[in-house]
Amino acid sequence: MDIIYLLLPVALIIVVIIIGIFFWAVKSDQFDDLEGPAHRILMDDDDKPEAKKTGDE
Amino acid sequence: MNNSQDPVSCFHCGLPVPPELDISVNYHGEKKPMCCYGCQAVSQAIIDSGMDDFYRYRTSTPEKPGELVPEFLQQLKAYDSPDVQKKFVAATDSENIYEVSLILEGITCAACVWLNEKHLNALDGIIDASINYSTHRARVRWDNSKIRLSDILESVSRIGYLAHPYDPEQHQLILEKERKAQIRRIGLSGLLGMQLMIFAVAMYTGDWWGMEEGFRQAFRWISLAITIPILLFASSVFFKSAWRDISNRRVGMDVPVSLGIGIAFVASVMHTIKGSGEVYYDSVAMFTFFLLSARYFEITTRKQTSEATEALLNLTPAVATRLIDYENRRSSTVEDQENISVSELSVGDYLLVRPGEVIPADGVIVSGSSGINESLITGESLPVTRSVDDAVIGGSTNTENPLIIRVTKLGEDSVLSSIQRLIDEAQHTKPAITRLADRIAGWFVSILLSIAAVVAWYWYSPDSDLWLEITIATLVVSCPCALSLATPTAITAASGQLAKIGLLPKSPHALETLAHATDFVFDKTGTLTEGRIELQGIHLNPAVQKTLDDRQALLIAASLEASSEHPIARALLESCRQPLLKVEGLAHITGRGISGRIEGETWFIGNRAFIEENCRQPLFDARFDSSEGDDSNGKIYLASSEQCIAVFLLSDHVREEAPRLISELKHLHKTCHLMTGDREENARQISRQLGIDHTLADLHPEDKLKAVKALQNAGAIVVMTGDGVNDAPVLAGADLSIAMGKGTQLAAAAADMILISNNIEHIYHGLKIASKTLGIIRQNLSWALLYNITAIPAAAAGYVEPWMAALGMSASSLVVVINAMRLNRIRY
Repeated sequence: MDIIYLLLPVALIIVVIIIGIFFWAVKSDQFDDLEGPAHRILMDDDDKPEAKKTGDE
Repeated sequence: MNNSQDPVSCFHCGLPVPPELDISVNYHGEKKPMCCYGCQAVSQAIIDSGMDDFYRYRTSTPEKPGELVPEFLQQLKAYDSPDVQKKFVAATDSENIYEVSLILEGITCAACVWLNEKHLNALDGIIDASINYSTHRARVRWDNSKIRLSDILESVSRIGYLAHPYDPEQHQLILEKERKAQIRRIGLSGLLGMQLMIFAVAMYTGDWWGMEEGFRQAFRWISLAITIPILLFASSVFFKSAWRDISNRRVGMDVPVSLGIGIAFVASVMHTIKGSGEVYYDSVAMFTFFLLSARYFEITTRKQTSEATEALLNLTPAVATRLIDYENRRSSTVEDQENISVSELSVGDYLLVRPGEVIPADGVIVSGSSGINESLITGESLPVTRSVDDAVIGGSTNTENPLIIRVTKLGEDSVLSSIQRLIDEAQHTKPAITRLADRIAGWFVSILLSIAAVVAWYWYSPDSDLWLEITIATLVVSCPCALSLATPTAITAASGQLAKIGLLPKSPHALETLAHATDFVFDKTGTLTEGRIELQGIHLNPAVQKTLDDRQALLIAASLEASSEHPIARALLESCRQPLLKVEGLAHITGRGISGRIEGETWFIGNRAFIEENCRQPLFDARFDSSEGDDSNGKIYLASSEQCIAVFLLSDHVREEAPRLISELKHLHKTCHLMTGDREENARQISRQLGIDHTLADLHPEDKLKAVKALQNAGAIVVMTGDGVNDAPVLAGADLSIAMGKGTQLAAAAADMILISNNIEHIYHGLKIASKTLGIIRQNLSWALLYNITAIPAAAAGYVEPWMAALGMSASSLVVVINAMRLNRIRY
């Protein structure tokens, strides 16, 4: 069971990494708009390729 | 959405199509009906640019688009001036690339966001445009050598929305920073808390099945190591605010919270060092996590409100048109005009104020005369006539003719600033309001500390540490977890309900005060009434009934008034809804009327005196002169040079829902008051119509404030609802104030709640939600106290096992949260 003494610091390191990722996500504004992406994914425009062309004028 | 009489509704905005109108757009080969030319233009623009998917995806109809009048486009041009841009626009590293934040108005569903985003990104010169769905803010980066800011704004208007640049206010930036910090704290305490929970569960099960002492001690130390960052980074907010409370000699909810967290942590550290006894690190983390989450929602609500307030900013840019060297030349040509930002004005400048523009500063008219709408300051709904040498107030609107004014007062001395000072004063003298939870927190702490003292005294013996153990256990068990969650959970649930009816709380005490209110004070113009003159009826001279009908008379009147910004003109134009006639030789006589020729015949439209002067037979049917239609704010007469043709009755409509609101409030035995700066007879008339018992008219802003103070001194808890600058001081001074969403920014800034929906019946619904919320808060607090009252003696007697304490704490918090959820089921 001595393996626990090794696993404890490993767990700690993983937690630190996860917190680091979380802080990075907050910093890069990923928590600013929590509703938009849910809608945006449904309104993708790849089914309408000609839209962009006419819209450019 | 369609009503039964008129089944045809506009394909674009969903409003009914007028029967005589036949316009449409072609959507996938089908002719879709349109209710107006504005909708048609917008819809055509959307379909032409290949974004007709908008109509497939949308879940609600957009607002009816405003017409693109040349003046509006002219105003947009002002945004191209570098002076004006200084405030909103940020330069980027690359040359010619700029970035701006825009507020988008008219967004009603996700498809609107999609449409705007696609539309903006398709423009040549836009590098990147992204829209935040929840805040309706867009961030746009563009190449200034290819496209100008005014073009971007204009192109948004072409598809029926309104975009204007904004400069995020200071307190909003602070709120945003605070929100991000809070997310980090929640994430940190949540993630580390999960880790702690793993060790805690291991140790609890270890209590039953046995556990090697070495592991147990290792778990204790590592838990301590994990808890320290939570304490330093996340729980520190509670300690700071508790310290602030104590140094102000107050006891808020953060004091027992800090006490709970602190004692649990200190006890755990002692046991860790000793190598025996229970540790409560997991409780510290979870408690912090729960409480931070509850407060996060309070921050989001406040942020939402402040964003909504910001959207109310006056649309016209803070720009003035200065006339260079006017003093010497006494004439103005287009070349000597420059757009400068209002902050750069100085006393003595000469400014050109076009019709429809807001007067940028206090001043004196040097040339021209016009009707000035001062409702902002006085509450009077119709414009007053001002001509050369008359003073004008910055913030009022010029409605008829171009004016040249000389600036006389700026900044501190201006009328608006003096109102601002009145607001500040009122806010200082506002009655202090303590939230129920904070009042309870005070005596909770004192009772807790006395119990701890009694427990310590009872168990004390110099030979053993047992007294200390038991005292600490008592304090840990009494952790005010449920108590401190009681209010935030209820407020959060209620905020959702309030957002649905468009009544956004700004102050934390708003709901509780609303529930206790005894007196409701209303402003008249813009609050109980629409604040907008509307055509109420047309009386046609019987002598001309053979040749003309109502619609034709209205058409002639509207055509004459087409170029005027006067509210009466707007009312006539709005009800006309037909293509206008061509008018020649148009002449405005300020404060009197307008004359012009249509198809060779001269027409006059204006007040009684104007008609009598110009018309050979100004004889009216007795009916026209009688006080029939007494509830009108005015009459306007149309005449040819021969005879009077028609009388138009106009009035500022009482809001449809106002009578219901007043009767519902009276039903709840609340006293209703009307306080207005308008004339006595107008006020009386509205009071009679609505059944308001107490009416005060002809009031200045400071009189309103005095009247409310008098009510407060008599023991009333006053809720003030208003919209104008003249209401702002009294809004600041009332126990609770509600500003109309369509009102002025100053009013919104001074208010505790904002009624975004502009439906004043929602005040009654808000009142219902508030009393229900207060009920839930009371239940939650009683439950939390009951839990603590039973748990503390048990702990004091030494009966509570640590796992029981942990379970009890979580269960009691859960009960509080579930109880608060019941608020989501309110129906009206």
